[in-house]
Amino acid sequence: MTDTYEPVIGLEIHVQLKTRTKMFCGCELSFGDPRNIHTCSVCLGLPGALPVINARAVHFGLMIGLALGSEIAERSLFHRKNYFYPDLPKGYQISQYDVPLCSGGSLGEVRIHRVHLEEDAAKLDHLGQSGRIHGADRSIVDFNRGGTPLVEIVTEPDFGSPEQVREWLTLLRESLRQLDVSDVDMSQGSLRCDANVSVRPAGSDTLGTKTELKNMNSFRFLESGIRAEIDRQTSLLQNGESVVQETLHFDPVSGRLTSLRSKEEAHDYRYFPEPDLLPLVATREMLDAARAEIGELPAEREARLGREHGLGPELARLFAFRRELGDYFERAVAAGDGAGPVEIANWIPQLVERIGSDADPSESQVSPESLATLASMVKAKEISRDAGREVLTLLVSEGGDPRAIVQREGLGALSDGLGEVVDRALAADPDAAAQVRAGNRRAVGPLVGYVMRETKGRADGGEVTKLIFERLGI
Amino acid sequence: MTDLIELSAAQAAESVRAGEVDARELFETYRARAAANELNAFTWVADAAPEGGAGGPLGGVPVAVKDLFCTEGVPSQAGSRILEGYRPPYTATVVANLARAGAPLLGKTNQDEFAMGSSNENSGFGPVLNPWDRARVPGGSSGGSAAAVAAGLAPWAIGTDTGGSIRQPAALCGIVGMKPTYGACSRFGMIAFASSLDQAGPLTRDVTDCALLLGQMVGKDPCDSTSLEFPEEITLPRGGDLNGIRLGVPEELTGSEGGVDPGVRDRFEEALKLAEDLGASIEPCRLPHAPHALSAYYLIAPAEASANLARFDGVRYGLRVDGSSDLLTMYSRTRATGFGPEVKRRIMLGTYALSSGYYDAYYGTAQKVRTKISEDFKAAFERFDFVVTPTSPWTAFELGAKTDDPLAMYLNDFCTVPMPLAGIPAISIPCGLSENLPVGFQLAGPAFSENRLLSAAYALEQAIGFDGSDARR
Amino acid sequence: MLDHSQVLHVARLARLELNDAEVERLASELSHVLDHIEKIRELELDGVAPTSHVIDVVNALRPDEPIPSLPAEVALAAAPEPVEQGFGVPTPGVAQ
Repeated sequence: MTDTYEPVIGLEIHVQLKTRTKMFCGCELSFGDPRNIHTCSVCLGLPGALPVINARAVHFGLMIGLALGSEIAERSLFHRKNYFYPDLPKGYQISQYDVPLCSGGSLGEVRIHRVHLEEDAAKLDHLGQSGRIHGADRSIVDFNRGGTPLVEIVTEPDFGSPEQVREWLTLLRESLRQLDVSDVDMSQGSLRCDANVSVRPAGSDTLGTKTELKNMNSFRFLESGIRAEIDRQTSLLQNGESVVQETLHFDPVSGRLTSLRSKEEAHDYRYFPEPDLLPLVATREMLDAARAEIGELPAEREARLGREHGLGPELARLFAFRRELGDYFERAVAAGDGAGPVEIANWIPQLVERIGSDADPSESQVSPESLATLASMVKAKEISRDAGREVLTLLVSEGGDPRAIVQREGLGALSDGLGEVVDRALAADPDAAAQVRAGNRRAVGPLVGYVMRETKGRADGGEVTKLIFERLGI
Repeated sequence: MTDLIELSAAQAAESVRAGEVDARELFETYRARAAANELNAFTWVADAAPEGGAGGPLGGVPVAVKDLFCTEGVPSQAGSRILEGYRPPYTATVVANLARAGAPLLGKTNQDEFAMGSSNENSGFGPVLNPWDRARVPGGSSGGSAAAVAAGLAPWAIGTDTGGSIRQPAALCGIVGMKPTYGACSRFGMIAFASSLDQAGPLTRDVTDCALLLGQMVGKDPCDSTSLEFPEEITLPRGGDLNGIRLGVPEELTGSEGGVDPGVRDRFEEALKLAEDLGASIEPCRLPHAPHALSAYYLIAPAEASANLARFDGVRYGLRVDGSSDLLTMYSRTRATGFGPEVKRRIMLGTYALSSGYYDAYYGTAQKVRTKISEDFKAAFERFDFVVTPTSPWTAFELGAKTDDPLAMYLNDFCTVPMPLAGIPAISIPCGLSENLPVGFQLAGPAFSENRLLSAAYALEQAIGFDGSDARR
Repeated sequence: MLDHSQVLHVARLARLELNDAEVERLASELSHVLDHIEKIRELELDGVAPTSHVIDVVNALRPDEPIPSLPAEVALAAAPEPVEQGFGVPTPGVAQ
């Protein structure tokens, strides 16, 4: 019998903040610029240079902490994290250690351990065949990125599967995007995620030895990397071997995991408080300013849309994750005009189809009030659903008032004289009529089609079907 | 022109302003003496007097600047081979302040490598000689600045003080040296040794010059988070008495357990007597943790230095030992070649003190001792205006006399290290000779008491009447 | 009290290449210094807060306003190995 193992995963996420300047100096942030054009004595680590904290980076850090429901430290400290690497100009990174900006909190079902501020390392390009570190023997350092403000978010090991990681990261990314504190683009490096992975016998509550997975630059690679590592650890344990604590790099092309550092190079970062920086106190003003800029976050909105407006999970999630759609929806609901939230909500995907999936509906010709009116007209059967779709198409191209369009195009629902048209349909297709009478309800199709054609779609399909069945005594 | 040399900096500034002395002639006189450099006090001297007027409160009187202050386009090596020939793209705030105030750059002075030393024998560019006796050390780490001022090679100079590196060489060279309150002067552009202790300060012929120079050095700098606004203007001292001034003499730093040389002790006592004659009251005071200041210092300073010196790795500037395709070897060999033995010693000590398993016992404990030392001073200053000690336990020793034993060298600092640990200001003035070598008298006061310190030092200076002109011949 | 292997370990952390004579010398010098310094561990320091900053000030922050950067040629002026407007270095080993 094989033992079953369950994975335990925690994440370490680095978020580049979209301030104008770096964490500790006034150089501008950039991406893709020529090498070393955004440097100064501070971010180059020249002798005698000193760091000075960027107030906006602190502001963004506080926003993130408050949005995650973390406890904000009254007084936090920066520390030096000492090690040698060419992308680290001072030979230490200024980070936070045992007194971080924020502790605790949660997002969705995942608990946050801590949130802190630090500076990003520079960029290393490797000269060699593939541009990757393996096989190169000379590298070039570009300090443009060095010193970019980072927020590091560390979660508790609350993830039980790679899928859960991927879903949660999507939520985190959208939340950070809505806070407008980062571009959170994994392909550009403004969102990076390392995973700590361990496995344990299913149902146990002790933790196994964990490994660290680094350098996965898309959600897809992260998911497959974690899965590969879970498999690797599981088969080790199943073979009676043990897991070694190490740092691993996942190559998505080959599916292989390679060790980046042997366990001998134990990290001795020799942390001590940064003497060049003063303690950081989160004042009342700073907290108020941060709180004022946080709107409602996706997870909260999703829950509220379900609760307040009775939206089903798919639409609630869509409107929570795409703030423009959610805002538009809520304005339409406020306009009301006889339509309820669920009816209105159902028309929004139709609108999106017509304006393009990336477009913002509030920038279209269809005002939220018009959409609400349209929804209520259909609900009241003033026009058929099909007619409604035509009206929407026209609203998209010319704007205006739906009632006027209906009037102008003559799209009003036909209920007068519908009976005569139905009678004509039955007369025109006696075979179909006979089949329906005999019990084959599906044969009603062509009869309905006849009526719809005769009425140019202005009749309501459901109404027509009902009338036909009535006439035929079903 | 010996006449020009005999003017103090303040007198020279006054004469330039009055039109009696030509600023360029003044500059050239000193420039020529500095360039002759028989004491090895300078690592770089200006080619010529600068263009432009001699305006400003400092009257065009040129200043010698310790090598570790970044001076744009001019070698700034911190006394180290690892930075040999390095020319920074920017100037230290303090130096820029002085230039703006009318004190142009005369030259860069030799120093112990990365400010680590008490004798200037740790320089990568050779030792500096004491003008009072060229077989002896000038003290350190600002040995070049002290020797230059004492020998009349520069009218005044600036240095840095971390554990005594301004005050001790000032004492050994018979001049005035002051370490201001921590944060009073900007550290931006000062190649760092120990960030929580380093401070820039003046080395001058007399207390008036010291006040004049200091006044242009202090000020909050947006480029240095630890710099502070000085609460009042630095004023030139006046008055000749010490009426009502209470002086505390800490047994821990002046008793026989302190190992103070008898000649130094005698001059110190005589100065105390003079202070009394001027109206001061003298009483013993206690600084119970002062005997441990040296230990705390030699844990905190090397620890911070080990991190501050990590940037010297051959990647972006400075020495690189080439010919290796292995990064680890490039780092290790560059640093081993570029750093002198004392710097290596302190980097090792500091790295060890911070390393896993040892942090609490060493660095952590030292920072607690530091808290106690601050508390000791605070308590003392409730009963006394100033704490007074000999600046250095002995006079200038012979070159090579203490280089075999690092610990013996460290003991040079035991009277001067407590003040930087507490962040408080202290000044050293010459109070006499012992066997023809200068002895220094130190006064320390609470944070931001610079004006009162300068006044008291001035009054005492007048009474002592020390004549340093011998060293200028 | 500092033996060879400890000296070598610390030297590695500090990226200092030492020859045998130096290791020997440093072991003895550092031990000698530490013997003296060690005495502070005997002090009664329970409940004493370590000094992390000797001045009692907090929050020195700067506004998020750009300050002109150095031109690339100035940034690279002292570079031992300028390459394609970057700082050339031997490639870090994978097992550093």
